[in-house]
Amino acid sequence: MSLGRIVALLSRHMYLYKRSFARLLEIFYWPFLDLVVWGFITIYLEKVGMSLHGAVSFFLGALILWDVLFRAQQGIAVSFLEEMWARNLMNLFASPLTVGEYLVATMTMSVLKVTAVGGLMMIFAWVFYSYDILQMGLSLLPFVLNLVISGWIIGVLTTSIIMRFGQQAEVLAWGMVFLFQPISCVFYPIEVLPPVLQSLAWMVPPAHIFEGMRGVLTTGNAPVTHLLWATGLNGGFLVLIVAWFYHTFNICKERGMLVRVGE
Amino acid sequence: MPASDSMASSVVEVRNLSKRFQGFTAVDNISFDIKKGEILGLLGPNGAGKTTTIHMLLGLITPTAGSIHMFGLDLATHRETILQQVNFSSTYISMPFSLTVEENLKVIARLYELKHIQQRIDDIVKKLEMEDIRHRLTRKLSSGQMSRLTLAKAIMTEPKVLFLDEPTASLDPDIVNKIKSFLKEYQRSEGLSILYTSHNMREMEEMSDRIIFLQRGKIVAEGTATEIIQRYGQRDLEEVFLKLAREQNGP
Ligand SMILES: Nc1ncnc2c1ncn2[C@@H]1O[C@H](COP(=O)(O)OP(=O)(O)OP(=O)(O)O)[C@@H](O)[C@H]1O
Repeated sequence: MSLGRIVALLSRHMYLYKRSFARLLEIFYWPFLDLVVWGFITIYLEKVGMSLHGAVSFFLGALILWDVLFRAQQGIAVSFLEEMWARNLMNLFASPLTVGEYLVATMTMSVLKVTAVGGLMMIFAWVFYSYDILQMGLSLLPFVLNLVISGWIIGVLTTSIIMRFGQQAEVLAWGMVFLFQPISCVFYPIEVLPPVLQSLAWMVPPAHIFEGMRGVLTTGNAPVTHLLWATGLNGGFLVLIVAWFYHTFNICKERGMLVRVGE
Repeated sequence: MPASDSMASSVVEVRNLSKRFQGFTAVDNISFDIKKGEILGLLGPNGAGKTTTIHMLLGLITPTAGSIHMFGLDLATHRETILQQVNFSSTYISMPFSLTVEENLKVIARLYELKHIQQRIDDIVKKLEMEDIRHRLTRKLSSGQMSRLTLAKAIMTEPKVLFLDEPTASLDPDIVNKIKSFLKEYQRSEGLSILYTSHNMREMEEMSDRIIFLQRGKIVAEGTATEIIQRYGQRDLEEVFLKLAREQNGP
């Protein structure tokens, strides 16, 4: 694994974002609007006295964390799309760059995106709604890390599908993660799901994380069981998905699709 | 196992290489060598399998059968070491549009972990007369300037083997001339080996030390341009090409 080649890929994206206002906007625009809308909804709920206790915390916290997941997966998938659009995959994979280095670079990109968006949303929420997500304390950190890893898993899955099916699968870069939203129980407790979906949800790391987050909000301490489950599942899925990515990459090389992807 | 006799001088050894795509044979059991400091021309009509061969040599397409050795190493097991010393350029590739010429070159330099990056970029920009487009966005390049950029990225990494897939297809005669003499010069001074494809027969005759003629994935003729022309009793390579291509398509 060469650090130099990973840095090379990162610098390529930095040049891109430095110059592209549209890309920068895309990072901040949606999270900001989400926050505005949900912020007003929670304020309204509190006003009409429907106040589930701490509705603001529930919704805004969930929203920020959901965005962590979303941006983490998007960081991975969009990085691949950028290479595809630029017809740059050949230049990359005919160089000594390895698949592993490529994955590490895009995962790093996703962490950078998450940090930028997450940071900004925290500031927005604090300025406009006096909502301080950090009040949940450091206990939040392992949850955030787990969400980032879940984002990678979905992102690598999305990328492998785009690599295999080309342009027609592009939209998955934005849509794929929403497939997991209902069973991730972002805005509601897991027990509202029908029993079948409940058992499915327990297999999904983000469900444990959002369930855990609600635990932090109501009891003030981090539910260790949920955290362990999330971490274990994430670890297992990450290994599986990386193996799957290598497999897809090899299929594409066999079928001559790597040089044609995006055409 | 690489054939050991030719090891000393052959930097590329291809043995019984085939590629089948879902039943269609694009490359059919070809074997050839490229010697150190040699320019090998790869000739053939559209769809003959030239690009597929180059893509296999770059590790972008997995062969169905056969082996590729470079510098005595098997590409299947020593990809990184080999690709570090290899590069390619083609009229059909592109580079990220939203980066400037210089930024693109910087990324490539880092990707190949070159030392003294700025120096190298200064050199190559000067050699290929790209000073005026150096800070231009790649999006704004003409197709000829784009070809120069992809050639620059290939040569900048100081490869020992260079694959050039129709590198001069969209260039004006002046720059074609310059690039050809640059490549020849570079080949002589650095012992660079080149695999060259082009549909321009004159250029092929001028550039290549040896030529391989591919047709429907098979090698149908091999030798120096003069040898091939004599063998087929024609006046020049263009006539040989037409004769072979028409035989394929029927009269
Ligand atoms: N990924 C692929 N899947 C299926 N068939 C393919 C694939 N790539 C190439 N082919 C086929 O293999 C044959 C050889 O193609 P190739 O691009 O190597 O030809 P070429 O000699 O480079 O032609 P040209 O001079 O037009 O560039 C063609 O018939 C092409 O349709």
